[in-house]
Parts: sequence; structure tokens; C-alpha cells
Amino acid sequence: MLELKEGQRHPITMTLDGQEVRGLTEPRMLLSDFLRQELGRPEVHVGCEHGVCGVCTVLIDGKPARSCLTFAVQAAGRRVDTIRSLADKDGKLNDLQSAFRRHHALQCGYCTPGILLSAEAFLRENARPSEQEVREMLSGHICRCTGYVGMVDAILETAQQRASAGTP
Amino acid sequence: MAASPSLTAKPMPEQRWLGRPVERVEDATLLTGSGYFTDDLPVRAGTLHAAILRSPHAHAEILSIDTSKAAARPGVVVVLTGSDIKADTDPFIIVLRQPMDQWSLATDRVRFVGEAVAVVVAENRYLAEDAVDDIRVEYRKLPAVIDPLRAIEKDAPLVHPKVGSNVPSERHFTYGDPDRRFSEVDQVVSLTVNYPRNSQTPLEGYVVVADYQPGEGVYDVLCNFQGPFTVHPVMSKALRCQGAQLRIRTPAYSGGGFGVKQAIFPYVVLMCVASRRTRRPVKWVEDRFEHLAAAIAAPNRIIHAQAAVKKDGTVTALRFEQIDDYGAYLRPPMPGPLYRQHGIMTGAYGVKDMSITNKLVMTNKTPSGMVRGFGGPQIYYAIERLMQRVAVELGLDPLDVIRKNLIPAGSFPYRAPAGALIDSGDYQTGTALAERDGGLAELRRKRDEARAAGRLYGIGFAAVVEPAQSNMGYLSTIVPVEERRKAGPKGGNVAYATVHVDCLGTVSVTADSLPQGQGHATILSQIVAEQLGLDPHDIRCNMERDTQRDPWSIATGNYSSRFSSSTAVAAQMAAIKIRRKLSEIASQTLNVPAEQVAFGNGKIFAKDNPDNSIRFSRVAGTAHWSPGELPTGMAPGISETASYSAPELEPPNDADQINTSLTYGFVFDYCGVEVDRDTGAVRIDKYVTMHDAGRILNPLIAEGQIYGSFGWGVGCALLEEFVYSPDGSFLSGTFADYLCPTSCEVPRPVILHMECPSPFTPLGAKGLAEGNVMSTPVCIANAVADALGARDVKLPLTPSRVKALMGETERPPRAARPVSSLKAPKAGAKATAGSGTLTVPVAPEVVWRALFDPTILKRTIPGCHNLDLVAPNSYRADVSLGVGIIKGRFAARVALSDLDPPRAATLSGGLEGALGITVGSARVRLAPQGAGTLIEYEYNAEISGKAAAVGGRMLDGATKVLINQFFQRLIAEMTGGAAPAGEGKQSWWRRLLNALGLGT
Repeated sequence: MLELKEGQRHPITMTLDGQEVRGLTEPRMLLSDFLRQELGRPEVHVGCEHGVCGVCTVLIDGKPARSCLTFAVQAAGRRVDTIRSLADKDGKLNDLQSAFRRHHALQCGYCTPGILLSAEAFLRENARPSEQEVREMLSGHICRCTGYVGMVDAILETAQQRASAGTP
Repeated sequence: MAASPSLTAKPMPEQRWLGRPVERVEDATLLTGSGYFTDDLPVRAGTLHAAILRSPHAHAEILSIDTSKAAARPGVVVVLTGSDIKADTDPFIIVLRQPMDQWSLATDRVRFVGEAVAVVVAENRYLAEDAVDDIRVEYRKLPAVIDPLRAIEKDAPLVHPKVGSNVPSERHFTYGDPDRRFSEVDQVVSLTVNYPRNSQTPLEGYVVVADYQPGEGVYDVLCNFQGPFTVHPVMSKALRCQGAQLRIRTPAYSGGGFGVKQAIFPYVVLMCVASRRTRRPVKWVEDRFEHLAAAIAAPNRIIHAQAAVKKDGTVTALRFEQIDDYGAYLRPPMPGPLYRQHGIMTGAYGVKDMSITNKLVMTNKTPSGMVRGFGGPQIYYAIERLMQRVAVELGLDPLDVIRKNLIPAGSFPYRAPAGALIDSGDYQTGTALAERDGGLAELRRKRDEARAAGRLYGIGFAAVVEPAQSNMGYLSTIVPVEERRKAGPKGGNVAYATVHVDCLGTVSVTADSLPQGQGHATILSQIVAEQLGLDPHDIRCNMERDTQRDPWSIATGNYSSRFSSSTAVAAQMAAIKIRRKLSEIASQTLNVPAEQVAFGNGKIFAKDNPDNSIRFSRVAGTAHWSPGELPTGMAPGISETASYSAPELEPPNDADQINTSLTYGFVFDYCGVEVDRDTGAVRIDKYVTMHDAGRILNPLIAEGQIYGSFGWGVGCALLEEFVYSPDGSFLSGTFADYLCPTSCEVPRPVILHMECPSPFTPLGAKGLAEGNVMSTPVCIANAVADALGARDVKLPLTPSRVKALMGETERPPRAARPVSSLKAPKAGAKATAGSGTLTVPVAPEVVWRALFDPTILKRTIPGCHNLDLVAPNSYRADVSLGVGIIKGRFAARVALSDLDPPRAATLSGGLEGALGITVGSARVRLAPQGAGTLIEYEYNAEISGKAAAVGGRMLDGATKVLINQFFQRLIAEMTGGAAPAGEGKQSWWRRLLNALGLGT
């Protein structure tokens, strides 16, 4: 077990988007800041830093988590997935991302990475969700641009396509 | 382009891209997280980070600031205060000639909670924030004025004493003969409305990176400013530099703007000074509390509205008296919201006679600023509530009253009495279309059935004229004619766009619209692709802007829905210039006159013989490689910039008429809502919104703008408000307190369209992104008014407000009630109170001794760094405390009095720090219980400053946790580690601590 000392930087490792990475962190450093500043991952955005808006959502061991309410040291030794885990390595969008584009489910795109990650985790556990279930899942995120309509449609359509293709 | 497979295809007839739902060119970047926002962009090595100390008081004199301890901390490079800013900069220019000086830091007094007082510049943000806690400011509190109606009273405390009043501007306007109309009519319908303060709060806050380059005295600034650049001279004059010495660079991607990102400018100046002082780049990233407390808010407005009405519902005249609250400072372009809608104050109605009184009021609140809708939500709330009241008071149907008064079809362009030249429309057809296709008859049936079943169901309507592209001269309406003459005429709205074709035939576009998510790059691609026979996804748009390299004007930026009628037009003009040039070059090879040349599928061909063609890239190459081969007289190269300003945007005339906007769309909404009798919750059952936005350039993006605008409209109607307590404490400092609508609150509206193209703009497009911000709040309010038979409906319609409209008032929360035996908190301040008991396994005498032992207290008070005995039974301590995101260091004073050893004592005192001030007292009683002691306590505290912005439940919970923590440590100290018995088990504490972000 890591023994932490105030003011000191500790080495930690985690599996980030499938690759093992190392970095140094003070005990008080937030996971969001660690990913952005120490590991060069600006695609993890920060919106409120008090756990309400959902912008900074990442998956920790496959479950959505607010990286602004998580200390970097808490993610030591765990699997962390960001928006980079969705598209393939050439940047080809996955089905959910393509559906977001078709349904104009994003405008400024600031909240989008966090929403996509929550939606992916949700679809893994809910193969045939109702609109109300999708809306309840999305209510953990704030989007100021879109009014949510495009996102709801994109997630429902992706669920339907995955269900009919038999690949949840 | 060159790589496009379509190049090998046979040339096609020219393709139309405008009007089609082209998927956005921005999305692949944003969906993979590779759209980099300002905080993500690279900065120069050695960049420093700033953190800002903010005022905990709504109104206070600054007596002294001691920065020595902060400046001495490791990693801190400099600490700047108001005196540094006063030495290095001039006050910001304001719209009025009034002594209301303001700088980027407070100088001698603070005027709102959250006002910037000092800035720490350090090696990283964590170190900068640590040092902020070590700045000591001595304030002398002054009475604050929060309510605008109180502010206009003669004896109100003055926000700016040199002005001599809290009303720095008042103007009266008369159009036609309203007094006569009012004396002629059957009835006068009056209503006073009070529109709340709110903001669309983009999820990305302000970000500034300033880099002073001493060689040429240039400030190179990267920031997510959204324009308009009318504040560029405000900044450069404050910095005492030439315009060209202030280089503003804006990024390609910005995380939402909604007008709010205009008000970044004081921070730009502040970071420029910090960079000049440190000779290093300085970066500042706004946090959420700073944004909610201190960015800007749309002004709250009180409007007394009157309509002169005939028996049949015809409105013959209107009177408005507006009291618009600008908060503590008038930041340019304030008071824009009071004048931005001036020309169109008669709304969608053909009323000819009107009077307007505009009073601008200052209070001790966050300065007001630009927010989507820009005065429209406020004025339409008055107009459309008034129309609903006309119907109710005359016993008519509200839709009939609206229809009777709409501007007649066939009268466009229509000059409204205050000067708006409404370009196009057919409001009768629009309302009929909405009634038919939206299913109004069915909705009315639903209401009847619900009411028959005893449910509370109402229908609301709203008709709104949606202005777009502001006339940059509108604000000069605030000054009298003589003053305007001296200053010279102001009008227009200049737009720039550049189309460039490279040597391989790839087309790129730059433009002055500074998008924040509206998909401008997609629409520019459609416009240019259509002119040049290409595919929109082959056009590269760079939406960054740089004032040292790109053309710009005061109008540059993203606001007033100007894009589709200004920048888009400039892009079309630039593309046409390119097309003409390429046509002439190609005509030589194709052997046909230039007018006979057509573009399509990446080829340039003869219109009548598509087989006679040449590749687009080949023609473009000629301009680069063989300027000698170009037609005689043609300039070499192939890059065209166009600028555009519509002639209809004339300056205000001597009768104070002003065409405030270039285009005027029409929005007609209705909705059905149901109010829950038990909870007061408002459920939107159905919402229909009909838009005439002229020609629609991209239906996918158009509907996206309407959905988004509607979503914020729902927030304004039901949830969003910046709340202040009467003493000026700001109570909405987190997203748990300032509630934004989520997917569960925003229903799917039915969107309907009609298209009456604007004759004044080459593309025929009008605006559509702000209409629902104006129509939706009042439409929902009208429906709730209809459901409850209520008259005075105030937004947001929270359950408690709705219950009050139903004649029921909510009981105040238990914790806010003062504890009987202690002095009650002052009225107006935010209060927290509570009581509890604990048992400890030691005798009362032992507990008593511990309470008077400074060494034990130092070890047991949570977060205590230092504790000194300053007088008998009186301590001073230095403690770190936190609630949620609000964490900081406080100076604590505690005195013990009313001593009854070892049975009871009163603790009184307070905490004072950057986060706020707490004053309170607690009575502690000790009673023997077996071998141990039963400790009973009760406390009252008033909280002001930043800490007051945290929700009551969170504060009460945190207070309890701290008290428990204190006693637990005290017991551990006395017993060598035994846990207390009593309320709260350790695991529960841990959980709550973690939940509150208070982990030790």
C-alpha cells in the first residue's frame, strides 16, 4: 500500500486506455488534473470540479467516475478509460460516436467525451433501454448547448442497432 | 479535393448544398476529444499560473491588504493588488459619462461578493491557490443594496458615491401619442413583472494566457473571448497601448459562450499586467465558483407594463417603465440589454403608440453582461404576460388577442414605431400553421379533460419577433440627440471572411465569427462548396482569429445571432469573387465566355457542354504557378477577402428611432403544462414552437439551435436564478445551488418551420438561435398562470413558488430556525443552526479542563494550524476548513463566557478568511452520566461571503461533521483513543466527510 506524504510527489501507475502509464502525483492532486497535466490528456475536460456537471467523467475499472472528485492516487493500479478508448486508432468513430454526429447530439463538444463514456457504460448494462432510462442516465450530465434531444436519439438508435446486430 | 474520388466522375450539374442537413465538419474532431480548447493549447515553457482572491463582502472598504506572507511562499512569483493595477492601467472606459471607475482589481472598495481583490502568480495553480489563503485583507463593512427598488430610493446606500445616486441613466421615449390612446380606450390593463438574474453558464469557463513581449511592447493574449471586439479598444486603452500592441488570439473550439465570454476582458487586462510584471507568460483558468459568482449575469429587470385596450381586445398603445439592474459595475457594452431590443419594443404587434422609460440601476451584485437573448427574455416576459392579462381581463381567448394585434400580413418591410425595420414575415400564416400542425385543438381537449378530472392544467402562448445581427449603433440611443451629434453617427455591423485556394486546389476559409459550438465551419463549407462545385467536407475552415493577422472590426465576434446574416454573407461574397476569377481563367482553356462556365464535382466546365471541362485544381494551379498566363489585368494568386455591412443598419435618428437589428424572425409558441397539486412541480406536457427564420441554411444545425435555445428557456422558466440574501451574500455558487436543466427536465418540443426569406441579406437567412430564450420562459409562465388562475407569476417557477401561487407557503427548513436560548442571527444573513448530544467516557471536570487548555485545543480543533491565548479565555487561531469545493484558511477568534464550571459555557466568536465570514455562538452543557459526561450543544451562526454560496443542507451537514470531529479528537486526547458514543458512528462520518470532499 502506497504511503502518502503531504507535499511529496509519489509514483503511480495505471492502465490508461489499455496502456500502462506511470506518473508522479502529490496526494492532493485530482485525477482530472493528473490526466490533463501530468499525462498530457487534455481531452479530459473539467466543468465544475464539484461533481455535478459530469464533464470530467472517465471510466475507472469500467464504471463511470467523476475524475474531479477522485484523487489521482485513488486510481493507482486501476484501469482508466477516456474518450480515446472509443474510436479506433486511426480515429474512425465508433457506432455511438457516428450516431452522435448524425443526430447533431453535440454543439460545442465540451461535455461530449464524458457523456459518451457514461453512455457506453450504460449501453453495456442496458441493451434495450427505454427513452426514460436513457434520459435518467443522461441526467448525470449537464449540457448547456443542445437540449439533449439529439443525444437521446443517438443513444436509442445505437442500442437498437447493437441489439439487432447481436453485439451489445 | 485533389484526393477526392469524385474528381474522376463525370461533371454534374451544379450542386446545391445550402438548405441541406449536411453533417457537421466539426464533429469528428470533437467526438474523439481532439478538439482542443483554450486550456488544452500549448503554452510557452515557464508559463506561470494565477489564482484570484475575491471579496467575501457585498460592500466594504478595503482598509489594508497584507500580501507579505503569501509572497514569501515557495513557488510564488508575485502578488498584485489594486494599487499595482492602478499604477499600471487606466480605468475601463464605460458607455456613460459617469464617475464609476473600475479596474481589473478592486482598489479602495469592493462592491459585490466575488469581486477580484488580489491575484497570486505562482509556478503552478495549486501553489497559487495555497498562497491566496495567506493574503490578509482588512475590510470595513458598508451597508449593501441588493433590491433594485430599494436602490432607487433617495436614502439608499450608494454603490458609486461619486455618481450621487444609484441611477446613473434615465431616459424617456415617446412614439406617437400614447397618452391620447390611453385616454380614449375602454380599458387599461397593467402588470408588473420582475425577471430574475440568470446566465447560460458555459461549461468551459474563462481561460486567459497573456504573454508580454517587451521588444515591441506587445501583449500576446490567447483567450476564449467571443467578441464583439468593441471591447478591444477598452482593453488597449486600459493597458495604455496601441490597438495593434494588444494581440488577441481566439481558439478554434470554445466550450460554449452564450454571450458570457464577452466579459472575460477585465481578466485579459489583469493577466497582461501580471505578465508584464513577471516577464513570463501568465495563465488563468476560471473555476466554477468564480464563474457563477463573478463572471456576469443577465440583468434582473422590473417592468411596469400597461396596455390601452379596446373591448374587442385591440391594443392601441403600450407603456413600459423598465428598471434594469446592472449590479456593481457598468462593464461595456452594458447597459446593452436595455437598448438592444429598443426598436422592436412593440414585439409582434402593430401597435403604433408607445412610451418607454428606461432606468438603469446599480446594486451590490455581480455586474450584468451579455447573455443569450440580450434583453429579449426580459421584455417579452412583460409583453406576452401583458397580452395574456388582456385576454383574462377582457374574457377573451389569449390566441384571439394575439391574432387581433399581430402586424398585418402584406405590410413588410414594416417600420415599427421605435424604429425596427422588420424585413419579412407573415405572422397570421405562422400562427395558423402552428395551430394546425402542432395540434392545438387536441391540446385544448386535453386541458378540458384534465380540468374536468380536477387536475391543474394550463395552456400558454407566446409570439416573439426574433432580432438578429445587432446594429452596432444601437447603444448610442442611450444618449440624447445632441450628445449623439457630437460623437458622430454609429451604425452597421462589419463582417469579414476570406477564401483561399492553394496550388493543389484545396480551398480554405477563415472568418470573423468566433464560434462556440454553432457549427459555423459547416455552414461556411456549404456556402463555399456550393459556389465552387466542391463537397463541403473537402473545404478546410480555420475558425481561430488573431487580431495581428486577420482583418477584424468592432463587430467581429459571435453574438446577436449575427452569423447567418453577416459573416456567412461575407463568405459567400468572397467565394463569388473566387468563382469569377476561376471562371475567367478557365474560359481561356474551355474556349467559352466566363458567364458560360459552371462548377461541379471538382471540375470547371462549359455550362452547355459538361464534357468540355478542366479540373478545378488545374485552374487553381495556374494562378499560383503561371501568373503570366492569367487574363490581362487579373491580379496574381487566388485569395479573396470580402467585407459586408448591411445599409439598413442606420444610426438612430433624431426621433430616437433605431433599427436595432438587420433581420427579424418570427417565433410562435404554445404549450400545455400540468401542475402537481401536492408538490407544486410543473410538468411540460407538450411544447410547440414555430419559427420563421427566413431561408434555412442547414436544417440539422437550425433545429439544434432551436432545441438548445429551448433547453435554456426551460431552465429559465423552472430552475435558474442567481440568488442573493438581503445582506448581499451570494447563494448560488455551485451547480448544486444554481440548477441547470438536465435531460429529465427538458422535453422534446415539436418544431415547425415556415420560410419568409429576408430581402435584406443575400442568403435570405434570419436568426433562429435566440427566439426560444425569449418565448419559452413566458410561454411556460402563461401556461402556469392559466393552470392556476394566477396573475403575478415570477420565474423561476420552482415548486415552492408555485405552491405560494396556490396559496400555500412552505415551512422554512428546520435547521434555519434559530436556537431559542441564543441570540438570533441578523435578518438577511445566511444562517445555520443546530444542536446535538454526545456522551464521552470521562468526567465533566476533565472535559472542562480540556476546553480551557490551548495545547489540547490546538490539537483537537479540526484543521488548526496555530492557536494563541490572546486574553483570559480568549483565543485566536489559524484554521483550514472546507465544505465541498469551498476550502480555505480562516483566522478564528473564540471567547468563552457565561462560565458555570464544570457545567456550562458559551463559546462565541467568528471565522474570517478569503472564503467568507462566520459569526456565531454556541452553548455547551456538560452533565455527569455514569462515569462519563453527557455533552449537549446548540449553536447559531451567520455566514457571509463565498461560503454562503454553498447550499444550506451541505453547510448544516458540514458543521455537524466538524463539531463531531472536534469532540472525537477531544475524547481521543483525553482517553488515549476511545471513540465517543453518541450520534454518528465513525463509518458514517467517513462517508459524509468523503461526500463533502472533507477527507482529512
